[in-house]
Amino acid sequence: MWQYVGRRLVLAIPTLLGASIIVFAMVHLAPGDPIAAVLPVDASKEQVEAVKKAYGFDKPLPVQYLKWLGRVITGDLGKSIATRRAVILDVRDSLANSLVLAISSSVLAFGAGIALGLLAAFWQGRWLDKLASAVAVVGVSVPHYWAGIILIIIFSAQLNWLPAMGAAADGGIVAYLRHMTLPTIALALIPLGVIARVVRSASLDILAQEFVLALRAKGLPRRRVLTHVVKNAAPQIITVLGLQFGFQLGGSVLVETVFSWPGTGYLLNLAIFQRDIPVLQGVILVLATFFVLLNLLVDVLQTFIDPRIARH
Amino acid sequence: MSIIALPAEAVVVVGAPMSYWRTVAWRLSRDGATLGAGLLLLLVVLSAVLAPWISPHDPNAGSIRLRLAPVGAPLHVLGTDEQGRDMLSRLLWGGRMTLLAGLTPVVVAFALGTMLGVVAGYVGGITNTLVMRTMDVFYAFPAVLLAIAISGALGPGLPNTLISLSVVFIPRVVRVAESATVQVKGLEYVAAARASGAGVLQILRYHLLANILGPVLVFASTQVSLSIILAAGLSFLGLGVTPPAAEWGLMLNTLRQSIYVNAVVPALPGLAIFVTSMAFNLVSDGLRDAMEIRA
Repeated sequence: MWQYVGRRLVLAIPTLLGASIIVFAMVHLAPGDPIAAVLPVDASKEQVEAVKKAYGFDKPLPVQYLKWLGRVITGDLGKSIATRRAVILDVRDSLANSLVLAISSSVLAFGAGIALGLLAAFWQGRWLDKLASAVAVVGVSVPHYWAGIILIIIFSAQLNWLPAMGAAADGGIVAYLRHMTLPTIALALIPLGVIARVVRSASLDILAQEFVLALRAKGLPRRRVLTHVVKNAAPQIITVLGLQFGFQLGGSVLVETVFSWPGTGYLLNLAIFQRDIPVLQGVILVLATFFVLLNLLVDVLQTFIDPRIARH
Repeated sequence: MSIIALPAEAVVVVGAPMSYWRTVAWRLSRDGATLGAGLLLLLVVLSAVLAPWISPHDPNAGSIRLRLAPVGAPLHVLGTDEQGRDMLSRLLWGGRMTLLAGLTPVVVAFALGTMLGVVAGYVGGITNTLVMRTMDVFYAFPAVLLAIAISGALGPGLPNTLISLSVVFIPRVVRVAESATVQVKGLEYVAAARASGAGVLQILRYHLLANILGPVLVFASTQVSLSIILAAGLSFLGLGVTPPAAEWGLMLNTLRQSIYVNAVVPALPGLAIFVTSMAFNLVSDGLRDAMEIRA
């Protein structure tokens, strides 16, 4: 098993390198000269050459990439064009806020999704099952940025119960929680639908197996049968939970924009608006790294829960 | 000697077995939800195609005196937006843009992805490793993030949206096409075809493509709703279609400031995205069930 875990770790390295190449290429995808943003319009030829040299743009691309990679690995993500602040500082501050939302919405979606999926499987074909199917379809179909706007219209504009904007970082814990509520719900919708669907189908597969029939035949109460079902469906459920948590971190861009939540998504949005490519690169690289490591963690966890996986 | 009397329901008229596609059509005809969603989809597509002829007003002509008229206002059935432009007309025209921006990347990904996947799966060896490892790299990003990364670097505009979303969906199609190809390649009838002297192109065309196209097409159809949500999302961020063109995501973004004045009209473009994406999801679910494809 440890051999398998080791192999997975090694396999993550080329993926991360590939991701870094894509992020590096973003500068060169951008229309116009990458140094145009830091130069005055009437810069002389000598000035252009000097800046090119200072930024290393006079070197061939592979050399530029390796130099950039070397800096990135040591935590130097460059400077923001708009604010001249080190990108790593902005990313660190916003990542904390994004993590809070990712965790709160995941907890909500995991709890509700697993409960709904299990109930639907146990009462297959009944109204609870139909409700779960409806939630699943709505969850994967709803544009979550629109769901956020609807929540603001109802709970802020009409009822005036909850705040619509910002995070109230210095307003105390109650204010922070109140600001968190609506974005958390908006972000939880998609994973809620996906998880309910996966848990339902995984549980149905297991409920159809003979050992469940045997458990029922020997007179085990429903609650105890449920424990067996959950244990056997766990690997599949954990995979989907891990993936969904990763999506929460990377996918919150639009929801954070709707709620002006000061996380990575909001930072990205700002960078897009100001065409601040270093910030764009920094945020995306950090989020992608998180995502790859999370997938790795899920894989490793799975082999511990179900050792058969390592043997394949 | 005794005569065994058969119960009436045991007498079954055995005709010719139904062909695969007739079975699929028969199953679809009995699936109410899929049929309803299909009808809704047809309506959305038709109203987008016919927008120039059926929209009551010019989608870009505004009036300062008629800003944010409520739903049901005279002459403006669905009200007006923050510049006094007719909402119904803009929703109809916006559907054209959103459907175009959402469907094109999936079509492109289906064509290119199937080709790459089939070649990688059939040739195998180093080609396969090279193609599939490259595709894996794109899985290092959640879909939204990848779309924003590429669009953010390329800048706003419809062509850039189409490029970035195609890049999001190609690796997904390649994976499905490759694994389907590898499965089919190992089947005996392919070996039989090869043994009887069929060339590579012949095998690819008649024996592989014919058998994997169905599952890959169904997979692609499941991606359309995500593509629509992402395309509208990019415009919502200011990365997609540029103003003053009508596009659902863009309309949602510009109307967002007005929710304290008018609570219903700003929600309409998002409702249109939601209904369309749900219809696509229901239809592709129904197709998958009817074609008995496990995914």
